[in-house]
Amino acid sequence: MRSFDYSCAQTPQEAARLAGEAGARFIAGGTNLLDLMKLDIETPGRLVDISRLTLDVIAATPAGGLSIGAMVSNSDLAANHRVREAYPALARAILAGASAQIRNKATTGGNLLQRTRCFYFYDTASPCNKRQPGSGCSAIGGFTRIHAILGASDQCIATHSSDMAVAMVALDASVVTLKVDGGVRRLPLAELYRLPGETPHLETVLEAGELITHVELPPAPPGARQIYRKVRDRASYAFAIVSIAGIVSMQGARIATAALALGGVAPKPWRDERVEQALIGAVPSTETFEAAAGILLADARGQGSNDFKIPLVRRALVASLRDLTGVAA
Amino acid sequence: MNFTINGQKREADVDIRTSLLDLLREHLELTGAKKGCDHGQCGACTVLVNGRRINACLTLAVMHQEDEIVTVEGLGSPGALHPMQQAFVRHDAFQCGFCTPGQICSAVGLLGEASDGWASHASDDLLAAVELNDAEIAERMSGNICRCAAYPNIVDAIRDIAEDGR
Repeated sequence: MRSFDYSCAQTPQEAARLAGEAGARFIAGGTNLLDLMKLDIETPGRLVDISRLTLDVIAATPAGGLSIGAMVSNSDLAANHRVREAYPALARAILAGASAQIRNKATTGGNLLQRTRCFYFYDTASPCNKRQPGSGCSAIGGFTRIHAILGASDQCIATHSSDMAVAMVALDASVVTLKVDGGVRRLPLAELYRLPGETPHLETVLEAGELITHVELPPAPPGARQIYRKVRDRASYAFAIVSIAGIVSMQGARIATAALALGGVAPKPWRDERVEQALIGAVPSTETFEAAAGILLADARGQGSNDFKIPLVRRALVASLRDLTGVAA
Repeated sequence: MNFTINGQKREADVDIRTSLLDLLREHLELTGAKKGCDHGQCGACTVLVNGRRINACLTLAVMHQEDEIVTVEGLGSPGALHPMQQAFVRHDAFQCGFCTPGQICSAVGLLGEASDGWASHASDDLLAAVELNDAEIAERMSGNICRCAAYPNIVDAIRDIAEDGR
C-alpha cells in the first residue's frame, strides 16, 4: 500500500474541505477502499476519516419517511425496526449482501460509492478504462459472467455491485450532500450515478470533496408488497448475477403502483420507467409480465459469456412480479 | 497510538498504513487473529470491536483508538476457556485450526447479533424473534471460510451454545 496523509475530520464541513484537495479520499468503513489500496488500484494521497462524524443516526422525516445518516452501518440499517417494518425490500437487500463482518463495518454512504468488482478492474496487469482512462477495456472479449447487459458502452461493461443501492433506487431514495463551499444539495439516488459512455472513470456526479451526509427515503407506498430477489453463484456472500427490488401495490384486480430496480446487470442500479408504466393499470398475468420484461430487455446486449443473463432477467422479473402481485404461475 | 485491547491499555508506534490485524499480530504479539486472504473474504482475522465482529484486515489501526477491541485471546485462556471455545473443543469443530480464532470470535459476535434480534437472509420473517437453526447459523457464518470443511461441527458447536443461552 502506498503511504498517505491521514486526517480525522471533526465536522462534515472540515471533512469536505480536506477531501477537496487533489488526491484525497474519504474513508468511512474502509471495507472496499482499503481492499483496493492494498492492490494499488486506489492510491489516495490523503485519507479523510469521517467515521467519527455524528452521521450515524436514523430518524423519521417530517414527511413520514426516513433519514439515514451516511455513517449508519449496513447492519444497523438492516436491523432498524422501522426499516424492517416499512422498507423490507431494503432490509432484505442489505442482508443479501456481503458477510456479517463486512456489514458491521460498511456504511450507507460507502456502500453507495463502492467500486465495481469487474475482474479486470481488479487486475492491475490488464488495461482498464475505469482504472486507467484510455488504456482499453479487457472485459470486452474476456470473461463476462458478472458484466452488464444494459447501460454499458464500448469503453466499459462493468456492473455496480451494491444490493442496498438497488432497493434504495426502487424506493425513490434521495441523496443529501455537503459541498466544499458549504452548499447542500439533494438529488435522486438514481441521478447520482453516471453511465460509463466515453468516461467510465467518472462514476458519479459528485464533485471533489462533496460528502454524502444522508440518504432520505420517502414514505413507503401504503399496502405495497416489497421484495428483493437475488440470483447469485453461491447461497451466501456473493455478488448478484441478477437482482430485483420490487415494490408493487394493487387496487382491486389491477396494478396501482410499480417500482422495479435491477442489480448485477448494469453500471448502476437499473430502473426503467417504461416497464413500470406498462404494468400500472394492467391486470397482472404472465403475458403482462412477459411484455414488461420485453420492454426492459429491448436494448439488452450480451457480451458472450453473460448472454445467459438476458433470459435469466426475464425469468427473474416474471417470478418477482408473480410474488409481488400474487398471480400464480 | 493508544488502544484498548482485551481490557488492557496498549501503546504502539506504527505506520499510518497499519491494519488493525497487523497491529495485533506484528506489534502487540496477539497472533490469534490470522491473516488468511487479507481482503475480507475468509474471516480468519475476525475480532470484536465494541462487541461487533469485523474483519481486522480491512480496517486501519489508527481508526480504532477509541474502541474496545477483543481478540480470541481476550475471550478465554488455557484453563479458562470461553464457553464457545469449549463448545468448539467438545464438537471437534476444526481440523487444522487456522480459521478457528476467527470462527470463534465470529460465533460470539453472531450470538450478540441474534440476541439483539437482528434478522438474516435466512430469516422468513424480518420481525420475528431469532431462532438459530442450522440454516440461520450457516448464513450468519458465511463470512468465515474453513478449508478443512469442519462446517457441520462448527454449526453444532454454535447451536449448542445458542441453545444454552435460551
